[in-house]
Amino acid sequence: MAPFALLVLILFAFALGPDRTPLINATPGLFWVAVLFSTMFAIQRSFSLEATEGLHDSIILAGIDPAGFFIGKLLAIGAELGVLEILTAAGIIILYGAHVTSMLVLLFSCVLGTIGLSAAGTMYGALVSGMRLRETLLPLLFLPVASPVLIAGTRSWQAGLAGEHISASPWMWILVAFAVLYICVGVVLYGPMEDM
Amino acid sequence: MTISDNDDGGGTTVVAGTTGRLTQWSTKRNRWIDAIGISAAIAVALDVYLGIWVTPPDKVQGNLVRLLYIHPAIATVALYVAFPLAALSSALWLWRRTRSPFFDRLAVASVETGIFFIALTIVTGSLWGRPVWGVYWTWDATLTTTALLLLEFLGYIAIRKSTADPERRARRSAIVALVAFVDVPLIQSTMVWWKTLHQKATVLLGSSSQIHGIMAMTFALSFLAFGLLCLWMIINRYRIEAIREELEARRMEDAINDRIAESNIRVDDLLAANTAPANTVRSDI
Repeated sequence: MAPFALLVLILFAFALGPDRTPLINATPGLFWVAVLFSTMFAIQRSFSLEATEGLHDSIILAGIDPAGFFIGKLLAIGAELGVLEILTAAGIIILYGAHVTSMLVLLFSCVLGTIGLSAAGTMYGALVSGMRLRETLLPLLFLPVASPVLIAGTRSWQAGLAGEHISASPWMWILVAFAVLYICVGVVLYGPMEDM
Repeated sequence: MTISDNDDGGGTTVVAGTTGRLTQWSTKRNRWIDAIGISAAIAVALDVYLGIWVTPPDKVQGNLVRLLYIHPAIATVALYVAFPLAALSSALWLWRRTRSPFFDRLAVASVETGIFFIALTIVTGSLWGRPVWGVYWTWDATLTTTALLLLEFLGYIAIRKSTADPERRARRSAIVALVAFVDVPLIQSTMVWWKTLHQKATVLLGSSSQIHGIMAMTFALSFLAFGLLCLWMIINRYRIEAIREELEARRMEDAINDRIAESNIRVDDLLAANTAPANTVRSDI
C-alpha cells in the first residue's frame, strides 16, 4: 500500500494544480480521504488472506475468543494504516511543503482516528466476507458510517497545521467516542458474526 | 404442486415450520388492517384538503408554509418510528431468547418504510429550501445526518438483497441495522459542530409557539395521518415479506421434489427400460 499513498498525493496534485496554496489548504482533507480509502484496501486484503487459506477454520479450531480475534485484527490493520499514515504525512510535508506547527495534535488524531476506522472496518469486513458482492458492499456500508472520522480528523488536522490546539479538542472527543463505540460493538457482535 | 394452487390463501398449506400459520394470516384480508388503511387514507386526504384550501398563507413565508403540513410529520415518522422500530426488532432478533422470523420481517418492513419516508423528507425539504433558503441543498447538520442515514439503510437493503440463505440474511441485516443506528447520535453531534442552518423544532418550544387555530390543527393532523400511513405500510410490507418467504420455501420444496421425481424416473428407466419423458416433470411451472 506504500506506493498507493505516494500515488494518491501525486494524483491530488494533478487534480488541484501545481499551485501550493490550494494544495496546502486541502491537505487535511486529502490526508484523511487517502486514509479512508486505504482502510478499505487493508480490510479487503486482511479478509481475503483469511478466506483463501482456510485460515479461518483453524482459528476457530484454536479456540480463540471472538472478541480477542477482533482486537487482534483491529491492531494488525491499525498498524498497517499507521505506517501508511507516516508515509503520507511525510509526503505531504515534502511534496506539498506544508508547515506543521503542532505535531502532537496530528499524531493524536491519527492514532485515535486509525483505531476507530480499523474497528469499524473490521466489523464490516467480517460482515461482508464470503459474500459475492463484498467489494461493492464494503464501501457502501463502511463509508457513511466512517464519515464522523473523516470530519473530525480533517478538523483536528486543520487545527494542528495552524497550531490552534484548543479548537482541536472537541474533534478529538468525537474520534475517541467513535473508537470506543466501535470497539464495544465489535467485541459484543464479533462472536455472532463468526457463526456466519 | 404449483404456486398458483394457493392464491386464495386457504386450501393447501404445505410449508416448512418457520412460516406456516403466520403466512395464512398474511395472505388473508384482515378487517383491522383495512381499517388502518382506510383511516390513513382519510386522514391524509383531510390533511391535504386543510393544508391546501382551508389554512391561510403565512405572514412571512406565504404559501410555502404549507410544507409544514407534510415535512415535519414524515420526518418524525421516519426518524422516530420506522428506524427505531427497525433497530429494536433487529436487536430482538439478534438476542437469542427472542429470536424469531417475526422480528426479521418487522425489521425489513420498517427499514423499507423508513427509507420511503426519509427520501420523501429530503425531497420535500429541498423543494422548500430552494425558495426559502435559496438553495436546494446545504451542508447543514440535520440535512447531512438525514442523507447519511438514508445511505446507511440503503446499505441494509443491499446486504439483504445479496444474501440468499434466510438465517444469514437475517443475521447480517440485523447487525447492519443495529450498527447504523448506534452511529446516528455520533453523526448527529459531529454534524452539529460542523455546521448548522436547519431551524430547530420551533413548534415545540411552547411559549414562543407561533402556530394556532386551524393551522395548528392541520399540523397535528398531519402527524396522525402519516403515522397511520406508516403503520399500514409496515404491516403490509411485513405481509409481503412473509409471503415472499413462503414462496421461497415452496420453490425450494418444489425443486427438491422435482429432483426426487427425476431420480425415481431414472431408477424406473434402469429397471423397466421404460422411456418416461423427463421433461414433463417440470411442465407445471
